[in-house]
Amino acid sequence: MRDIAIIAFAQSANKRNEQIYNEAEILAPVAREALQKAGLKKEEIDFTCSGSSDYLAGQPFSFVIALNAIGAWPPIQESHVEADAAWALYECWIAMQADESINTSLVYGFGKQSMGSPRDVMNILNDPYVETPLWCDTISMAALQGRALIDAGLATERDFAAVAARNLKHAKSNPKAQCKGDFTVDELLRSPTLASPLRKHDCPPITDGACVVILAAGDTAKKLCKRPAWIRGIDHRIDVQAIGRRDLTRAPSAQIAAEKAGVGAGKVDIAELHALFTPQDIILRKELGLASDCVINPSGGVHQGNPMMGTGLVRFGEVADRIIRGEANRGVAHATQGPCLQQNMVAVLEGK
Amino acid sequence: MSEAQSTEKKPVTYINTPVAVKYDYTAGKATSDFMRAVAQGKILGNRCPQCNRVYVPNFLVCVQCAVPMGEPFEVPDSGIVLTFCIVNIKFYDQVLEVPYVSAYVLLDGTDLPLMHLVQECNVNDVRMGMRVKAVWKEELSPSLESIRYFKPTGEPDAALETFKEYL
Amino acid sequence: MGRRCAVIGIGQTKYMDRNLAVSHRGLIRDAANKALADAKMTWQDIDCIVIGKAPDTIEGVMMPELYLADALGAQGKPLFRVHTAGSVGGSTAIVGTKMVASGVHDRVLVIGWQKQSESQATWALSPRIPFQPPLTAGAGGFFAPHVRAYIRQSNAPDHIGIKVAYKDRKHALKNPYAHLHQPDLTLEAIKNSPMLWDPIRFGETCPSSDGACAMVIVSEKYADRSASPPAWIHGTAWRSEPTIMAGRDQVNPLGGRECAKDVYRQAGVTNPRKDFDCAEIYVPFSWFEPMWLENLGFAERGEGWKLTDKGATSLDEGGDIPWNCSGGVLSSNPIGASGTIRFAEAAMQVRGTAGEHQVEGAKLALGHAYGGGSQFFAMWVVGSKKP
Ligand SMILES: [Zn+2]
Repeated sequence: MRDIAIIAFAQSANKRNEQIYNEAEILAPVAREALQKAGLKKEEIDFTCSGSSDYLAGQPFSFVIALNAIGAWPPIQESHVEADAAWALYECWIAMQADESINTSLVYGFGKQSMGSPRDVMNILNDPYVETPLWCDTISMAALQGRALIDAGLATERDFAAVAARNLKHAKSNPKAQCKGDFTVDELLRSPTLASPLRKHDCPPITDGACVVILAAGDTAKKLCKRPAWIRGIDHRIDVQAIGRRDLTRAPSAQIAAEKAGVGAGKVDIAELHALFTPQDIILRKELGLASDCVINPSGGVHQGNPMMGTGLVRFGEVADRIIRGEANRGVAHATQGPCLQQNMVAVLEGK
Repeated sequence: MSEAQSTEKKPVTYINTPVAVKYDYTAGKATSDFMRAVAQGKILGNRCPQCNRVYVPNFLVCVQCAVPMGEPFEVPDSGIVLTFCIVNIKFYDQVLEVPYVSAYVLLDGTDLPLMHLVQECNVNDVRMGMRVKAVWKEELSPSLESIRYFKPTGEPDAALETFKEYL
Repeated sequence: MGRRCAVIGIGQTKYMDRNLAVSHRGLIRDAANKALADAKMTWQDIDCIVIGKAPDTIEGVMMPELYLADALGAQGKPLFRVHTAGSVGGSTAIVGTKMVASGVHDRVLVIGWQKQSESQATWALSPRIPFQPPLTAGAGGFFAPHVRAYIRQSNAPDHIGIKVAYKDRKHALKNPYAHLHQPDLTLEAIKNSPMLWDPIRFGETCPSSDGACAMVIVSEKYADRSASPPAWIHGTAWRSEPTIMAGRDQVNPLGGRECAKDVYRQAGVTNPRKDFDCAEIYVPFSWFEPMWLENLGFAERGEGWKLTDKGATSLDEGGDIPWNCSGGVLSSNPIGASGTIRFAEAAMQVRGTAGEHQVEGAKLALGHAYGGGSQFFAMWVVGSKKP
């Protein structure tokens, strides 16, 4: 396996509703910033891959328009996943492993959730024969997961609120954060429930945004970056979707991915978890085997901003940035998609 | 045979799951500027400072160079038919009477054609290189449909060599 | 391009207008089960599943592979979804190949699929979006002007488009999976079919199909001990360029030319017409055969139609470089699978398993897909011998 690292990360400010700029226009300056940070010209990128969703964008081939933002000329080697852009990063990593002539990759993700109602849009992701007709939205499904944790005696509503309070506190130092602040658990618990046992603070915000990560291999990474964030392990797995057929207190696919990525092989300083709802934070910490001294979501996690389809990639970027800056030595990035932590990706990033 | 028995034997081959989601689209900065101009009877384009090409409609970033484009300016509403097809099929939301001509129209002084209709002539008289001019609606709105269509001007055709690079 | 890999199993569904006999699950499992049987493997043997299809609006399900995870035998495994517009079936095979070539996986199941009957295709592919310039004439209306430009520049006679459609539909008669089986079709009938988007006739356009195509791609270790013949992958390449760009050549796109150059270099191909025994090329409108003959270097610019005219691309006429012996996209078009089918059919030829439409002794073949506004390209070269 070749040594491959994240050498640059850029993201737009997380916004509730960006009404002036469209997706490609949000993405363009972010891509320029990432390239500038990496010290690369667009022509020096060997491979490009992006992640987005047509249903989120409300139009087929939405990724084709986004291509306008990155200057795909002369013709580029490029691919697209209909998935969170973390999977696009995985494809870049694969492409770089498979082909020694690919030394740099640019990954981008974008989502403009404000365009549609995410609660409704995400329902279209369910089994069209037996689940979609029930119109069981994402918050309700996540609430079932929260309820399962409570019923199994594994967590309480206080624990959920504590996750939210921690994330929002961490978000105070994140200049891109959409939501942040100091809240006590008791304060949070006084707010009304959206879908019992979940309250507003247990759910992710609706966000418009884009993010870009640049990868480089071996000597190229060393040349371009003083302290690259090396990808020491990366893996992704999936579980069946039907929530009635799963133990919702678990995320077995996250556990396998963490094991394959080698999370347990050393001390984890920081972890960025793509936990859309606070109960998922509790499940993931366990499945990934994160110790109590690991700082979870130093960026504020998903609760400070959720540019869907880019959210997972942002987790990679936030961990990498802290390693690049020398604030952490070893970190874990996690991404997910599908209801209730159905599909999970875990990566271990290291400064050495 | 009872009703229950007969349905039991018939396989379920199809179910309909009506799905409706409402989206509020964001036009974007460049398109908003363009549409505002169209509502005043003007077509906007802008030039890339790097490759020097003039794009219509105006873009925020050059699709080729990925650098910010220059300030939008008004471009002529006349040009040539680069190439076209004659449409003889009615499809789902098209209100036009067939046959009609759908064409790539390259406006004078610009480098990117607009797709639009060519009318006020027999469809079989439309030619690559034919000179055309926009016919605007009386009531203008922020939509490309403010241009009803392009019509032939009667000026001599442009020679293929002069627009070959745009095909 | 990393470790050697090969295709050792291929499965296809029968392509048709509307497959009411199966659900999404049934459709993909039909193709996958056949591919596994061909590879003499079971679902348990698969390390990773790579699945591709074009827009989700066609089936009305967002990221459907997630709900299909169980049907794909993916529980606890990696499942990866690709979407690169019309070229996606080819891109999916390339991603699958890279999963093996990278050394990460040994046995990958690749599936391309689409159940086009489940929506109004024109709506699913080009809905009216506010602010976007209206596509005044649908997909055909987008491509027809470029076809006109090709005809004008190359002085190709009108009958070339008719001949390609006739040839591919005759080829389809030898392929049991092809959607269109029209034994009585004549050149006259195509010529007299309605001129939908002049210069494109109805008879010169592809159908809309339901279908899936699956392949098992394995590492050298597994290919060497495979009981079924391997198609060795000699090269893969892809290129993308913007849809609308001032001065972009849309008749002979640079992306296609560079993609071909790249994959030929990997496979050691210097003269495509001579080096390949056959090719499966994405031709959704018949005029794209001569256009792609030039784009892919089988003919000089402006000369592609002459190859078609002489019968060089026809299996029935004993041409030296038969294109689309399977009947091609003009005979079956489940969009998301169409590229996978091209790649799979090329592999079938060099494995010697193409049945009635087999090119005698085929050793090296090209698989090709393209999509968007002639802007996304995916290609692979497969051979009967190890690279
Ligand atoms: Zn430019």
